[in-house]
Amino acid sequence: MIEFSNVTKSYTVGTHALRGITMQIEDGDFAFLVGPSGSGKSTIIKLITGELKPTSGTVHVNGYSLERIREREIPYLRRTVGVVFQDFRLIETKTVYENLAFAMRAIGAREQEIRDRVPYILNLVGLENKSRRHPTELSGGEQQRLAIARALVNNPSTIIADEPTGNLDPARSLEIMNLLQEINNLGTTMLVVTHERDLVERFGKRVIAINEGLVVHDGMDGYYRA
Amino acid sequence: MKVTNLGYLIKEGIRGIFLHGFMSVAAVVVTVACLLIVGSFSCLVYNVNILVEDLNKTNEILAYVDSELSDAEARSIGTKINILENVYKAEFRSREVALEEFVADHEGDTAFGGLTATDFRHRFVVVLEDNELMAQTVAQIEAIPGIVKVNASFEMAEGFITIQNVLHIASVAVIGILLVVSLLIISNTVKLAMYDRKDEISIMKMVGATNGFIRLPFVVEGFVLGMVGAIISFFLEWGMYNLLVKRLAEVDTLKLFSFVPFTQLLAPMVATFVAAGLFVGVVGSWTSIRKFMDV
Ligand SMILES: Nc1ncnc2c1ncn2[C@@H]1O[C@H](COP(=O)(O)OP(=O)(O)OP(=O)(O)O)[C@@H](O)[C@H]1O
Ligand SMILES: [Mg+2]
Repeated sequence: MIEFSNVTKSYTVGTHALRGITMQIEDGDFAFLVGPSGSGKSTIIKLITGELKPTSGTVHVNGYSLERIREREIPYLRRTVGVVFQDFRLIETKTVYENLAFAMRAIGAREQEIRDRVPYILNLVGLENKSRRHPTELSGGEQQRLAIARALVNNPSTIIADEPTGNLDPARSLEIMNLLQEINNLGTTMLVVTHERDLVERFGKRVIAINEGLVVHDGMDGYYRA
Repeated sequence: MKVTNLGYLIKEGIRGIFLHGFMSVAAVVVTVACLLIVGSFSCLVYNVNILVEDLNKTNEILAYVDSELSDAEARSIGTKINILENVYKAEFRSREVALEEFVADHEGDTAFGGLTATDFRHRFVVVLEDNELMAQTVAQIEAIPGIVKVNASFEMAEGFITIQNVLHIASVAVIGILLVVSLLIISNTVKLAMYDRKDEISIMKMVGATNGFIRLPFVVEGFVLGMVGAIISFFLEWGMYNLLVKRLAEVDTLKLFSFVPFTQLLAPMVATFVAAGLFVGVVGSWTSIRKFMDV
């Protein structure tokens, strides 16, 4: 569960990236996070992953209190939250398979676990035939699938995607959204940051809209038609 | 941390060495150079120290015995001197021997022609373990019944002590500086290795790798670099030392300098090189990682 209560964030004195965010995302939910550029979406994600600390207010994520989390606990928080970035952040010198194995080894998985888990995940994201390729030999959509696979491979309870379709054409974007929905159907909490109005409307999910560091809309009803 | 991971982490560390082949070679070469200088300097200090200590033993104290005492009584005082803690040895020298020595020293000098043994006193020639405690020991000897006077050369003792102290300070300074230089070089190599893999590190952090897990391969890398440097420089040092001793023996026919054989230095040298290699490798990588991980 992700819970923000009156969260503010100032990067430097006087600038207010977030000005009092309160929201709650239950386990298993699917929510879009939308808002204009500079409204504070990435800041919210960094607060969830422990990259930043709130200036005031409380942030609870999967049992951790981020406003007072200790440095040593952050890795364990991050194992519960898989992150997908617009720019993929794949390791180009490693194959598709090795990219996933690397993420598993990083948290101390055994080789047998890796051999069992990686093919399962590759199958889930539709890359089962590309396991020996390198990221540069994949299309943009396939690279994003691999990034999603890596976020999933350690079985987090939550996935956060920051503009996962920003670099893709509409058809590929739809495929990626469908994949995220599928993963959500398997029980993973999903928070998707996006600018793509068409997709948001099409999926009819909960929409949390941010503007100038405040929540301006939160609900299932069509935000854009309002 | 599971044992299976440990194997993986060590493998990663060693892989890093080959991945950054040029920098690794450079790091080892610089470490070898620094350790060689440290090692040679240590050997030199060790030998000079022995030399100074030998010279020190030539600094004798004379303890004169009361002339009222009989020969046997005079001799018996020797045990009382010898049991003193700081006394290396105390040798009895009778008044007859003292006369012979005096005459030999002043041969042909008619002014001393009428001297007999009774003009001299029995005495002990005392050599100390540690000349820094000379004043104390002299006082102890003076307190022994039957000893009437003690002659000691404090200036000479102080001279040796000064030489030894300067030697110690200089060696600590030189060794310290060189270790810091090697440390910086290894630290930079590891920093470069980390910079090369900053994307991998950020991904590891993102998926929840602990800092210890991220660091370990780099520490292994630094450790191996340091150890390889230590081993190479140790054997080079051995060879160079023996060569030097041989050359010196050829030139120095008067045996002014007598270097101890390297085998006598083996244990302290192995300890020095391994400790220095470990220190440089592990501390060097650890510090660079710390800086890197904070970013
Ligand atoms: N490191 C930083 N230092 C100072 N100000 C920052 C920093 N990062 C973001 N900001 C500011 O905080 C505000 C929110 O930024 P944020 O990145 O959260 O926006 P965003 O909603 O993700 O925008 P975009 O859609 O363009 O990614 C902006 O005004 C931005 O300039
Ligand atoms: Mg952003």
